[in-house]
Amino acid sequence: MRTSVKIALLIVAAAALIALPIVADAMGEKAFISLATRALIYGIAAASLNLALGYGGMISFGHAAFYGIGGYVVGILSFHYAAGEPLFGVIPGTNQLLVTLPMAMLIAGLFAALIGALSLRTTGVQFIMITLAFAQMVFFLFVSLEKYGGDDGLIIRRTNAFFDFNLRDRETMYYLCLALAALVLVALWRITRSRFGFALVGIRQSERRMAAIGLSTYRYKLVGFILSGMGAGLAGALTANLLRFASPDMLHWTKSGELMIMVILGGVGTLFGPFVGAAVFVILESVLASWTANWQFPLGLILLVVVLFTHGGVQGFVERIVGRRT
Amino acid sequence: MKLKTFCAAVALSAVAAAPAFAQDSVKIGFITTLSGPAGYLGQDILDGFKLAMKDGSLGGVPVELMVEDDGLKPANGRQTADRLLYDEDVKLFTGIVFSNVAGATVPDILDADAIYISPNAAPSNFAGEGCNENYFVVAWQNDSLHESAGQNASNLGYKTAFVLAPNYQAGKDAITGFKRFFDGEIVGEVYTQLGQTDFAAEMAQIRDANPDVVFQFEPGGMGIAFMRQYQQAGLLGNIPMVVAEPSMDGVILNALGDAALGINVSSHWNSDFDNDANKAFVEAWKETYDRPITYYASQGYDTANLIASALEATDGDVEDVSALREALAKADFASVRGDFKFGPNQHPIQNWYALKVVEGDDGKPALKTVGTVFEDHGDAYSDQCQM
Amino acid sequence: MTLFVEQLLNGLQLGVMLFLMAAGLTLIFGIMGVINLAHGSIYMVGAYVGCYVFLQTGSFLTGFAAAIAGAAVTGILIEFVVIRRLYQRDHLDQVLATFALILLFNQGVTMVFGLQPLFVAMPSFLSGSVELFGGLIYPVYRLAIIAVGLLVALGLYLLINHTRIGMLVRAGSTNREMVRALGVRVGLLYTLVFGLGALLAGLAGFMAGPILAVQVGMGEQILITTFVVVVIGGVGSIRGAFVASLLVGVVDTLLRSYLPGLLRQVMVGPEADALGAGISSMGIYLIMAIVLLIRPKGLFPAHG
Repeated sequence: MRTSVKIALLIVAAAALIALPIVADAMGEKAFISLATRALIYGIAAASLNLALGYGGMISFGHAAFYGIGGYVVGILSFHYAAGEPLFGVIPGTNQLLVTLPMAMLIAGLFAALIGALSLRTTGVQFIMITLAFAQMVFFLFVSLEKYGGDDGLIIRRTNAFFDFNLRDRETMYYLCLALAALVLVALWRITRSRFGFALVGIRQSERRMAAIGLSTYRYKLVGFILSGMGAGLAGALTANLLRFASPDMLHWTKSGELMIMVILGGVGTLFGPFVGAAVFVILESVLASWTANWQFPLGLILLVVVLFTHGGVQGFVERIVGRRT
Repeated sequence: MKLKTFCAAVALSAVAAAPAFAQDSVKIGFITTLSGPAGYLGQDILDGFKLAMKDGSLGGVPVELMVEDDGLKPANGRQTADRLLYDEDVKLFTGIVFSNVAGATVPDILDADAIYISPNAAPSNFAGEGCNENYFVVAWQNDSLHESAGQNASNLGYKTAFVLAPNYQAGKDAITGFKRFFDGEIVGEVYTQLGQTDFAAEMAQIRDANPDVVFQFEPGGMGIAFMRQYQQAGLLGNIPMVVAEPSMDGVILNALGDAALGINVSSHWNSDFDNDANKAFVEAWKETYDRPITYYASQGYDTANLIASALEATDGDVEDVSALREALAKADFASVRGDFKFGPNQHPIQNWYALKVVEGDDGKPALKTVGTVFEDHGDAYSDQCQM
Repeated sequence: MTLFVEQLLNGLQLGVMLFLMAAGLTLIFGIMGVINLAHGSIYMVGAYVGCYVFLQTGSFLTGFAAAIAGAAVTGILIEFVVIRRLYQRDHLDQVLATFALILLFNQGVTMVFGLQPLFVAMPSFLSGSVELFGGLIYPVYRLAIIAVGLLVALGLYLLINHTRIGMLVRAGSTNREMVRALGVRVGLLYTLVFGLGALLAGLAGFMAGPILAVQVGMGEQILITTFVVVVIGGVGSIRGAFVASLLVGVVDTLLRSYLPGLLRQVMVGPEADALGAGISSMGIYLIMAIVLLIRPKGLFPAHG
């Protein structure tokens, strides 16, 4: 696709996204705003996973752990804020978005560092399984913590405070998520176009070659993994604010599977692909659910067809139509 | 989503009689558990509820039931309520079976000044200090249900008990309630996992502790699995069991057959109650549905009739929440359990009865009412309610 | 003491069920190189088909036959339509395609059998308990499961080590390309292996029916544990699957039985039980992570 066409498309898409709540309200479809918000949040999570998976070639089956940890950081901080007692006796609870979001990313990043440091000693299917194992451990850890809701999840009575904005208002939350998604997109664009990004892609294509020219492949992969975990943590924190709820479901391995589905639906290793994939997934889920209670059946079929018969997902499909080979 | 509710509305109004066109339907959010081992609980409450509806209306007011499955996941209940409250402007909610879903869902409903009427789950944290004028309970308060079992066990003369319940609010309420009225010694206390169906480890522990009696609260499919394994482990003939109705409802009884004979159950309702409302209900159920009747269905039926009485009094107006509230608090309907009145925390004050599983007239095991355990029994938390 | 032995037997029973699942999965993974997330769905199909037939006909043995046949047919169908296309694809595609199959099967089963589970009783000839040594009373049915599992293990051992097909399976595990190069009808071998794995999964599902509830999603619960067993035992190795499944079964059961009790010394009842359950669940993953870090190929790797 020629650059000018790409830029034009980008501007149209941005305008549409900014105008979305107004249009939806006018059409009386208020539910659409929540749908779009969820798509944006999942897009952030999928794009983060894509950094590790698509660009870095690390098939992590445990990214739900970072997503869930982000959510629980918000939940636990809110819990201690409401209860008035500090966490571990030292860390005070907080309700400020400007604190909880970075904290969520930080803690998720720390877990990613730990899990990545251990898991990246393996490759191939062992890597897939060990990331799954760690994610399951995190899942069962939170399920066993009665204090923070355990299996039933943690209720967050009030959304985080962000200056004077009321995040319970659908439209405000949407714009916040849109802004953050745009920031994440720009960040990913810079990362993938940087030396680090190219090195990562090189490692995916041939680790041996990159090691031969002197790169410390383990370190590059680990950094990529950590960044990817932080992004997923951000998405989790936003989800906790949107639902005002943090539950072990966010940590379940099927959530990791859903994130991978979004990445592949949109196009592995592409910049916009994960956002498109997330949007497609969320819309499909919604549209199919309104037709039939058995919506997972057509979803499964579509996914199967996409995996078996297309290469490059939706973005690849579009590019092929417009005439550029992937 | 909009398409589905539109079609439902069209279908309902097509079915309703002509006078329905004069009024808008009242939307009732019905969030319940329809899938999984405890799915039949929600289905029974729903079907019991629908049985009380006449031509799609309650108390002469056309009603739109918006039924959603929570899948026993609190997060789903919460999200659904959020959607119904803000995108569909629903003001009246009911249906939740499980206390953990209630814990996540009900506060949001009450915060939005909508009304919630519980046909089943009534955790202790909403009965005392957490009570709310928009919150009504038709069934019973969680603890009271099991207090009746504790009293029953004491009346039967047992001295030591082994107690089990799932590890969530209702399970904890169950064991707390049992202990409150059981005057013997607890020799074992186990919290199983919600949804657990393999109890091999627990059977070994029960055998090891050798109590006089076992009390368990395992609703739905968990109860069926537990009882079967209790029998398989050779404990059934040896160690008696005292339970409250969730552990021996009509479906569980049907699945167990003769294995259930002799078990002592306590309940606030039984299908053999002799009042007119109950006789009509049982007959209507037998005609409409080809499955065993459970007390969940009776609670759904009573809830529907309570709502009907209130809608009739306010003439279908749900916007004036305080008028609707007042009408509900009067509880001016004929309950299938006989007399029905609300306590100060809007939970019922009612009698509790001792039942036993005996061989019925048709040769199949049935629950027979054999005595009274409590009269005009409220709950332990009503004093703490500051309404 | 009898309590401990009883829990040990429980662990053995769980281990044997895991073995039935893991044996098939490790062969599929080892010989065909495919990560098959749909293995749990075949387990579920076997349970549903078998238990449904059992409920309708009242005959446990008919249900047994139906379960095995249903699972094998399902397995062969999946292999033909989906798995065949995945041999050359990378692991991500395999994971996603078989994940899609999970969605399809879960929903498909709901559409056919409804939302609520099937409850089957134990067959009368296997119900009740027997007294084993020293006053230990144990359910007959669970002993039967252990017996069946051990028999299957023996049968597989004989098959793999003393028949020609077994030799091909062993060769395929060790070096897939070479087997192909030597002119063996690899396609047929793959289908047979997949069918065998599916059959064992269906058997496990059917036997689990009277103990657990036959419900949608039952496959996912056991699938992850099965993967843990396969990875610990070593991909492609039946012996590894056997040792690992018994290890995991016993460790998991003993943790679940004794940990809550231990925790109650320091915590209140519900909290201790919840934490105990959580840590017990983490236990097997911890073991897997340790094994992967020390011996990445598992305890008994087939690839030498």
